[in-house]
Amino acid sequence: MELLSGADMLIRSLQDEGIEYIYGYPGGAALHIYDALFRQDKVKHILVRHEQAAVHMADGYARATGLPGTVLVTSGPGATNTITGIATAFMDSIPMVVLCGQVASTLIGEDAFQETDMIGVSRPVVKHNLSVRHPEDIPEIIRKAYYIAATGRPGPVVVDIPKDMTTPNERYEYVFPKKVKLRSYNPAIRGHAGQIKKAVDMLMAARRPIIYAGGGVILGKASDQLTELVKMLGYPITNTIMGIGCYPASDKQHLGWLGMHGTYESNMAMHHSDLILCVGARFDDRVTNATEKFCPGARIVHIDIDPASISKTIDADVPIVGPVDAVLKEMITLVKESKEKPDAEAIAAWWKQIEEWRAFHGMRYETSPDVIKPQEVVEALWRLTKGEAFVTSDVGQHQMFAAQYYKFDRPNRWINSGGLGTMGFGLPAAMGVKLTHPDDEVLCITGEGSIQMNIQELSTCKQYNLPVKIINLNNQALGMVKQWQDMNYESRHAESYMGSLPDFIKLAEAYGHKGVRIEKKEDLEPMLKEALAMKDDLVFVDIYVDRFEHVYPMQVARGSMKDMWLSKTERV
Amino acid sequence: MRRIISVLLENEPGALSRVVGLFSQRNYNIETLTVAPTEDETLSRLTVTTTGSDKVIEQITKQLNKLIEVVKLVDLTEGAHIERELMLVKLKATGSQRAEIKRTVDIFRGQIVDVTSSVYTVQLAGNSEKLDGFIQAVGTSGVLEVVRSGVSGIARGEKVLSL
Repeated sequence: MELLSGADMLIRSLQDEGIEYIYGYPGGAALHIYDALFRQDKVKHILVRHEQAAVHMADGYARATGLPGTVLVTSGPGATNTITGIATAFMDSIPMVVLCGQVASTLIGEDAFQETDMIGVSRPVVKHNLSVRHPEDIPEIIRKAYYIAATGRPGPVVVDIPKDMTTPNERYEYVFPKKVKLRSYNPAIRGHAGQIKKAVDMLMAARRPIIYAGGGVILGKASDQLTELVKMLGYPITNTIMGIGCYPASDKQHLGWLGMHGTYESNMAMHHSDLILCVGARFDDRVTNATEKFCPGARIVHIDIDPASISKTIDADVPIVGPVDAVLKEMITLVKESKEKPDAEAIAAWWKQIEEWRAFHGMRYETSPDVIKPQEVVEALWRLTKGEAFVTSDVGQHQMFAAQYYKFDRPNRWINSGGLGTMGFGLPAAMGVKLTHPDDEVLCITGEGSIQMNIQELSTCKQYNLPVKIINLNNQALGMVKQWQDMNYESRHAESYMGSLPDFIKLAEAYGHKGVRIEKKEDLEPMLKEALAMKDDLVFVDIYVDRFEHVYPMQVARGSMKDMWLSKTERV
Repeated sequence: MRRIISVLLENEPGALSRVVGLFSQRNYNIETLTVAPTEDETLSRLTVTTTGSDKVIEQITKQLNKLIEVVKLVDLTEGAHIERELMLVKLKATGSQRAEIKRTVDIFRGQIVDVTSSVYTVQLAGNSEKLDGFIQAVGTSGVLEVVRSGVSGIARGEKVLSL
């Protein structure tokens, strides 16, 4: 029988769970735990400079590896600082466990120093949260936390740990449970066979079909099955911004991504389709535009692990609840066996129409002889990194440009806050990726607004030697806010202008990194190349781009999917 | 449409706040809510009455089911069911009012459970409309205080909500 303190049990449980890294920040209520961490070397701790960044780091790690991330913080401000990060992970269904210290159970409710009701505060933005009431429950709670976080529709789980649950000299028997069983939580393990059959019949009979895939394909590790099915059918595929990389962007069947800033051909094909096969996406408002005008002629098959995602905003004709990989596998078998075949003539006509749409816009943008366009920067990065880099982004115009012009052929490489839209996400997420992928190129494409929301992490990068490349598309304004003000508020730029920007080069240097400024168009590619060649350094590349550029296409507010601005002057 | 949703919930601290939080977070409506432990002490039974379109009700049941601590639930209004609510009413009762109130209480099959020289306290059980009807019958001017338990419900016949 092994006797351990609560703190030692916690760390031991993390080891037994196979946790390699935790990201965090110490403080009073978590000190017993930190002491237990200190006395072992299996679980490595990364000390950030702000707790929000710890959560984004864990998030970046989770998105790149598909494994749950782990965060450790203290009570009160340490815990509340994680909320934006937790909400970010929640909106994008990222598996994560956030361990929060808490004041001693005897003090709870007394407004003790650094006391916050973290269970209450986090409740709306977690998949679940658990609090420790007896030290001997810790192994089971940890096991449960990871099980809930990583299964079904993944999400963040918070564990609240009062300080007296981790007292060093009170020891209890350590038993790490082999299995977790929860009578009230049983995620689906396969889809309904009858529904899958019905879906395949509809796919075979469709004349203008489209596959609409989302982040669920990446989370469900089903890219291979999706690609196989789509190739076998020969149908067009679009994906959400969260689904980028779930199907190779360079393949001709891929129409790019859809929605507010999606490609013309994707939005047009969706609107005119007669069958939408939605795989692991959720008909979010940034995709559908006005729901009452959404794809009037389309019947909808919707595959999702979460029944609540189905028919939430858009009614599904054939709902299929189940893990996408298992459902797609069954569909592949049925398609192979099917006596009915797609109507080749109808599908050829559909492709002809789509190719016309593709040729009509083709993600064109106006170039200028002397001003650097943000799109050009992303295209240059894509060429220079051969499309192989991990790219994280912050939120705004740069995020859309990165997603539009960097062509991802693999899943888990495009890492952004799609649901919550969290500025300040990019740098810490990139750090989480770089830590576990030291030999891969990791780019953080950002803007001068977003990067300043977690810039303190340059210090963490120095401490742990994380040579990410920060690509700052500097337009000296909050670009997306300004674009909306240009379009909807007669160019009244209320607070969207960033005066007194820091000298980012000196700032990077002050933290012990390298900085490169690019202002001239002819310098763009050679200087980017130089920056990328500095393999062992974090390089802050500050690029002065066109201050007046807008992101297009852009759906017209309250319109249907096909109502778009294609440039500042063209509306379709 | 008005619905009665019955939920078996893990009898754990914080579980109720998740249910209530879900309703406010997703902009659903709670009209009444009752909750108490069941004969199985690890479970609580919660009954919530709510209103919404079929689409909203479908989302409510799906979102409730997603809560880890929700073990099972049923929309009682989908089938034949019995619903009851308990009401205690304090009424001004002096002079000729006393006999009149007594008659009305009898008609509604209520009971006078406490008496003073000027006040009757009446206990009444039934569905919500019956309780509304009683208040209407005695007239609001004589009502000093009303406390209602919220709706409890159970399906008719063989159907049971259990593990």
